[in-house]
Amino acid sequence: MLRIDRASYDAIVAHARRDHPDEACGVVAGPDGSDRPERFIPMLNAARSPTFYEFDSADLLRLYREMDDRDEVPVVVYHSHTATEAYPSRTDISYASEPFAHYVLVSTREHGDQTGLVGDDVEFRSFRIVDGEVTEEDVDVVESYLFGHSPTTVVYD
Amino acid sequence: MAIEVRIPTILRTHTGGNKTVSGSGATLGALVDDIDGQHPGIKGRLVTDEGKLHRFVNVYVNDEDVRFTGALDTELKDGDSVTILPAVAGG
Repeated sequence: MLRIDRASYDAIVAHARRDHPDEACGVVAGPDGSDRPERFIPMLNAARSPTFYEFDSADLLRLYREMDDRDEVPVVVYHSHTATEAYPSRTDISYASEPFAHYVLVSTREHGDQTGLVGDDVEFRSFRIVDGEVTEEDVDVVESYLFGHSPTTVVYD
Repeated sequence: MAIEVRIPTILRTHTGGNKTVSGSGATLGALVDDIDGQHPGIKGRLVTDEGKLHRFVNVYVNDEDVRFTGALDTELKDGDSVTILPAVAGG
């Protein structure tokens, strides 16, 4: 299951809407071993394409160096599909190389702001992709990690 | 001649979990061969059967992406630092 705070969730959706019809991409980094996405880092789609995304190679190096320095890992790797469902494509699967990351797929194909459609629906789904195998997982959006567990329990972690 | 190589998560199964390994070679290709001798299988994850770098992987010498410096023919010197990162890309 992906547990993600509301602010990161909203930031991902807002980025996907903003870059529509091109694909948006980025990561949410978190402390190594925590499985907690904390630091939203939108990335430039160097491909600037409605059907492909790629982190710029210099940006990629900078990102991983910075995460390394802060003992972080990419807890979430996200990108958008702008004309198809929020499910990993064959290309997504072939490139997927973070076995511990949650791969978040957002689809803006039916979002209202730019498509002019009446409804405004942005799909948000999460997957594990390991050795070419895709497993969908539940997404639990919490208001904050501090109060996320249950209303009666406060976990100071 | 010692060159530090940073290994990404997905390739650490080849290095016993180590984040960095050390190797030697006058070129990146020679370094990859040397590393593969110590950690068998790693070359196949970086280099195609045709002897080219996989497009799924980015390799940097210091701060330079080797695509712009001669790929596997990129020359190395003592103290260089090599970083391997899988491309983050998809469709």
